[in-house]
Amino acid sequence: MTDMVLEQVSTSSGGGIMGELEARFGSSLRLQRTVDGIPTAWIERSQILAVMQFLKSGIQKPCVLLFDVSAIDERTRQNRAGQPAADYTVFYHLISLERNQDVRIKVALNQDDLALDSVTSVWPVANWYEREVFDMFGIHFTGHPNLRRILTPPLWEGHPLRKDHPARATELEPFRMSPEFLDAQQEDLRFVPEDWGMTRGNKHTDYMFLNLGPNHPSVHGVFRIALQLDGEVLVDAVPEIGYHHRGAEKMAERQSWHTYIPYTDRIDYLGGVMNNLPYVMNVEKMAGITVPDRARVIRVMLCELFRISSHLVFYGTFAQDVGQMSPVFYMFIDRERLLTIIEAITGGRMHPSWFRIGGVAQDLPEGWDTMVRDFLDYMPARLKEYDTMVMQNGILKQRTRDIGAYSTEEALEWGVTGPNLRATGLDWDLRKKRPYGGYDQFDFEVPLAQAGDCYARCEVRVEEIRQSLSIIRQCLDNMPAGPYKAQHALTTPPVKEHTMQDIETLIQHFLNVSWGPVIPAGESCTMIEATKGWNSYYSVSDGGTMAYRTRIRTPSFPHLQMIPMISRGFMIADLIAIIASIDFVMADVDR
Amino acid sequence: MNIEFEYIMILPVLLGAMLASALLVWWERRLLGWWQDRLGPNRLGPFGVLQVVADIVKLFTKHDWVPPFSDRVIFTLAPTAVVAGMLMGFAVVPYGPGLYIIDLNIGLLFFLAMTSLAVYGVLLSGLASNNKYSLLGGLRSAAQMVSYEVFMGLSLMGVVMLTGSFNMSQIVEAQRDIWNCIPQFVGLVIFLMAGLAEMHRLPFDLPEAEHELTAGFHTEYSGMKFGLIMLGEYLSLILTCAMTVTLFFGGWLGPDFLPPLVWFSLKTALLINFFILLRAAIPRPRYDQLMSMGWKILLPLTLLNLMVTGALALWMET
Repeated sequence: MTDMVLEQVSTSSGGGIMGELEARFGSSLRLQRTVDGIPTAWIERSQILAVMQFLKSGIQKPCVLLFDVSAIDERTRQNRAGQPAADYTVFYHLISLERNQDVRIKVALNQDDLALDSVTSVWPVANWYEREVFDMFGIHFTGHPNLRRILTPPLWEGHPLRKDHPARATELEPFRMSPEFLDAQQEDLRFVPEDWGMTRGNKHTDYMFLNLGPNHPSVHGVFRIALQLDGEVLVDAVPEIGYHHRGAEKMAERQSWHTYIPYTDRIDYLGGVMNNLPYVMNVEKMAGITVPDRARVIRVMLCELFRISSHLVFYGTFAQDVGQMSPVFYMFIDRERLLTIIEAITGGRMHPSWFRIGGVAQDLPEGWDTMVRDFLDYMPARLKEYDTMVMQNGILKQRTRDIGAYSTEEALEWGVTGPNLRATGLDWDLRKKRPYGGYDQFDFEVPLAQAGDCYARCEVRVEEIRQSLSIIRQCLDNMPAGPYKAQHALTTPPVKEHTMQDIETLIQHFLNVSWGPVIPAGESCTMIEATKGWNSYYSVSDGGTMAYRTRIRTPSFPHLQMIPMISRGFMIADLIAIIASIDFVMADVDR
Repeated sequence: MNIEFEYIMILPVLLGAMLASALLVWWERRLLGWWQDRLGPNRLGPFGVLQVVADIVKLFTKHDWVPPFSDRVIFTLAPTAVVAGMLMGFAVVPYGPGLYIIDLNIGLLFFLAMTSLAVYGVLLSGLASNNKYSLLGGLRSAAQMVSYEVFMGLSLMGVVMLTGSFNMSQIVEAQRDIWNCIPQFVGLVIFLMAGLAEMHRLPFDLPEAEHELTAGFHTEYSGMKFGLIMLGEYLSLILTCAMTVTLFFGGWLGPDFLPPLVWFSLKTALLINFFILLRAAIPRPRYDQLMSMGWKILLPLTLLNLMVTGALALWMET
């Protein structure tokens, strides 16, 4: 099992979107089978625009969502049997909501000619993704409106996710920052409106350019928006990200499958163990591990606890950014109670890193049920109070209704997912549509709102807190007995029971502890309904103890890209409400 | 009133106002803490009251930085204008029968003039900072405070009509039978809102709106210059409350078992607490919403109030 290469290249697709794609583009298509079962097709570089246009508007029930774009440096990869020769692969992950089906399109590139047509004309959301690929891999996108670095500073040398780029400071000379270097970097941060196609004024007005951030009380982290202002009215805005970039994807290539788990906690730092979930589920998928029921229910319960915790932070800061001072304190008190439960169960608060490949780290402690039950009994009354205090407040309504609204179509065009998408009235929750981790066993509703404005986005989240409470109560009442980790050779940390009786088990244990498990070569992607939208981990294993490539698709990244579109024509105060209503953390954006 | 007595009153009023605003910083934090299920400053001295001293020491010893890009002279003078204007306003407040610095027959107008002067401080500090956030704050304060000044003055004219005088002591004396808050309820509400806008506290703190403009007009201020602006804000809170009590709640009047000064202070303190509660409870409207509320609702309402009061006053006379 462990040595098997899980992928083959086949020539026939067996219908579906791939069938239609094949019928249209015929022989130039090469199909690849991946562990996750997502239809994957290699296409010719010249066809990219045609294929994208075809998938978006040329078929029935089209792919309306460009979920992810990234690349793989294939140069040192061993196990690519049957795949077209490539130094770099750019892949596009598309989703057709009506079919509830994914498609992955791959393009092979030669390192002497790293250029590809930009798909920004088809999908506006591709803009930032292509900039990221350019930044990380140095792949050029012809026809991109403004191809420049996005996560690393403009003066950065090299492209971090290339295999020949160092990953650790110890691989480099000691760093010295000369005054000249500092000045150059500083100068480079200056916002030049002309670079973004902005004018400095028109016949009647001179515009004011205002840097909101990177340090500003309302940008929730280190995030900069350069505003083009006519008085207090926003003419245009340019979001600047990357100040929180830590190279999480690069680190995945230097950490064993197991030791990478703590890094995932820090992606959406309000989501805690919910970040572990897509990662460990993905690895389990590749390793072929089935997680026992008890572990699955424990995972669901903790994820929902963290969803409440994250939404409470959102709720409080949302009210605070609209100028209401008190709610945030009440909500942090509730969150404190939650974190106490999480601490009792996992030992950690913000970043428990508590899920393991094959299950969870420990069994639930004695008395966990009383704690959870107390919280479940306590919370609904508080939520009711908050409704009166925040949601029914006239000034808050005035400040947030019809502000920053978008339609379902616009949302999909810009890659919006999660509560922000459901605020436009689209009933699409991954927990319902593609139940993962045992969510199909739970009875809950998907809260919706119709308006798509700031108030609607808040409404959806408040209702989600109630639904999460209901899910947690179901976990509490139906917690199955049994092991909290799978009996499988590749789980981490490995099972120790028989090590002292059986030499084979001892060796296996020793290797898996010291080197970490070897995950069979293959590619897989797993997505979940995280606190802020859809979060996915796409891992490429080359049959080693570390991932060959890990792609983390986070919901906040496209959400931020949308800010200028939804805030034009509003005032600064509205922009703050919009930012607050989007619910992002910069760690989730920059990774 | 002889001249010596006037001079004697200056010092206690000055000290009292300063001390009260210093204590208010602590009291507000404690009160907010209590309402928000947290503690607030409670470590230094009894109930944390000495926190004020620590804060003042900190403000005095902080690096007093004047940004090189600012207009030095105006930048330095602006905070003093805020405090000076407010302190002058205290001169006409009657704290008890015969207990005042000066008994002007245009006391009310003097109060309005002095608070208007303080607006200059805010405006100029915003402009002189030469910072974009401060500029926006300055712009907002110019629009907000200048327009709310209009209603503030007009809302008080009903009181003047009922009393027939601008003299503060006479206004208080005229309330022996019934406090102005009843016949002039509309005037009171408008005056409170205008006062709130005037002292730019949350929910009407748009010139500084921390979440939008990162402190707005006083972004660049530090050390004691910032301290002065803070002092000015708390003075303006006390002054507005003292004026509201004088004009609408019968000033020092009250049953005999407590001296007039105590009645006056009690009423003022209660009103201050009310303003702190407002800060804890209400979100901030948007700048244009605030302006349109002012011009489209408050102004017509004020004028209507004036007309009705005037008509009634005439009718009662005949």
